[in-house]
Amino acid sequence: MSLRPRRLLPGFGLTLGYTLFCLSVVVILPMAVLLWKAGVYPTDQLWAAVSNARALASYRLTLGCAFAAAVLNTIFGTLVAWCLVRYPFPGRRFIDALVDLPFALPTAISGIALTAVYAPTGWVGQYLEMVGIRAAFTPIGITIALMFVGLPFVVRSVQPAVADLDPAVEEAAAILGASRWQTLSRVLAPQLVPAALTGFTMAFARGLGEYGSVIFIAGNMPMKTEITSLLIITRLEQFDYAGATAIGCVMLLGSFVLIFGVNGLQAWWLKRQGAA
Amino acid sequence: MAGHGSQGLPGPSTPTESPLARVVLLAISLGFLLLFLGLPLVAVFQEAFRQGWHVYVESFVNPAALAAIKLTLLTTAIVVPINVVFGVAAAWLLARFSFRGKNALLTLIDLPFSVSPVVAGLMLVLLFGSQSIFGSLLRDAGVQILFAVPGIVLATLFVTFPFVARELIPLMQQQGTEEEEAAILLGASGWQMFWRVTLPNIRWGLLYGVVLSVARAMGEFGAVSVVSGHIRGATNTIPLHVEILYNEYSFASAFAVASLLVFVALISLSVKTWLEWKIARDQNERVTLAEAESVGHAQDSRVQAGGSH
Repeated sequence: MSLRPRRLLPGFGLTLGYTLFCLSVVVILPMAVLLWKAGVYPTDQLWAAVSNARALASYRLTLGCAFAAAVLNTIFGTLVAWCLVRYPFPGRRFIDALVDLPFALPTAISGIALTAVYAPTGWVGQYLEMVGIRAAFTPIGITIALMFVGLPFVVRSVQPAVADLDPAVEEAAAILGASRWQTLSRVLAPQLVPAALTGFTMAFARGLGEYGSVIFIAGNMPMKTEITSLLIITRLEQFDYAGATAIGCVMLLGSFVLIFGVNGLQAWWLKRQGAA
Repeated sequence: MAGHGSQGLPGPSTPTESPLARVVLLAISLGFLLLFLGLPLVAVFQEAFRQGWHVYVESFVNPAALAAIKLTLLTTAIVVPINVVFGVAAAWLLARFSFRGKNALLTLIDLPFSVSPVVAGLMLVLLFGSQSIFGSLLRDAGVQILFAVPGIVLATLFVTFPFVARELIPLMQQQGTEEEEAAILLGASGWQMFWRVTLPNIRWGLLYGVVLSVARAMGEFGAVSVVSGHIRGATNTIPLHVEILYNEYSFASAFAVASLLVFVALISLSVKTWLEWKIARDQNERVTLAEAESVGHAQDSRVQAGGSH
């Protein structure tokens, strides 16, 4: 008796070989080179590149703005998902399609468009200026850009979860005397937490690596409004390959941590659903 | 996502928010979408036409803009077919077979989504740059990768690699293997099964993946920006051309060229919405057919059970 199950459908070997070959050339090889290069340069040079004040300021800025944008997106994105599923209103399908705009629009175009709107002379920027808020060329502008690119992640994660809510549970809560607010906060919201958390993590991860939409609205002042991806480009333009490699590795490791975070979240969610 | 339809919609008897609360919540979310999505979209066209039609048209009819459009189309034409072949092969592998390391492979396919485009560009610079052994070997052989078309293609390929596979894997998993197994058992060869059964079943999902990958390939900025070298008329794609115009303060021209990519984005959104509707409808038809069949079977077996009494 063979341990390998016999496969009825053909093509296992062919597609396995082809997939592995493509992934090796396009994804694994470049990534391995980055990690290998990090081993070539002297450690203290790498450490200096990732731990100097300018790099630290860029991490703080990138992490802070990506986190703020992801939090705001989780709140507003969940609300948008709720409205799109629950409230029939004219033009709902159009608005639903529009939510994907940040996925479809090239990041550089989003960047200049957002700058036009939020610059001190722009449609929204002039009013913000009146109340003393400068959005463009400050961390607020960076957060706005990251909210733009991250929004669809939250809406698209939460939408199916809202659609899957069982109306019977809400009816039961109402019959048992819960007010609508109690039903929303105690019965419905907890069921949406895993989806919202997945959306949050994806939006946050996207925000950390974002470049195109940010650089136009950011102002790009070292120590103040310079994000980490831009710092890599700056180092490359100075032919400081060791510095670029070191910061690139920090970003790559950050992505790995987040991938495991998302996978862990999804596994937790599946287990929870299985248990329910 | 589109497949969820309205099954979760509460019926008329279900309690809901008060009309006032509904209006307020809807106003907040629509206002939010207007501020963050609507206004930027309109702003592109407003800025593009600020100096009139004349400047708008002139922004396209010059050698640098035409070269950028040509390079973008060329890159897309090379990258998308590679993505399609990879996507179909990977989806067949992952949706039809179970094997050790499958989850690791899925994570690996998704990886380009999580890596910053700038880091992707950096990897290619390290791999092919003149400071690397490989890069200097290629240079001696007269092959230019960085600051040339191959580098731009590779960067775009990295960034768009998962799109087709990501669309096809869940679709094929949902469809199951019955029809393909039937084809093989009835004596079809592997390729016959692929062309006659698999491909017709996944065609809309495949088109969906292609649309996403075209949109992203035409608009990629970060990764391409690192490897291109920004040589005007030679290695500038449309987004890079927009950046240069913008940094030169030719705002009207920058937004005019940008509006071209906005059209591409709007077209791909429309096609995407239409395809989602189509895929959901096909899926529903399958479910209805399957249900009709199983009802038929149930009746048959009841008749048989009745007959044996």
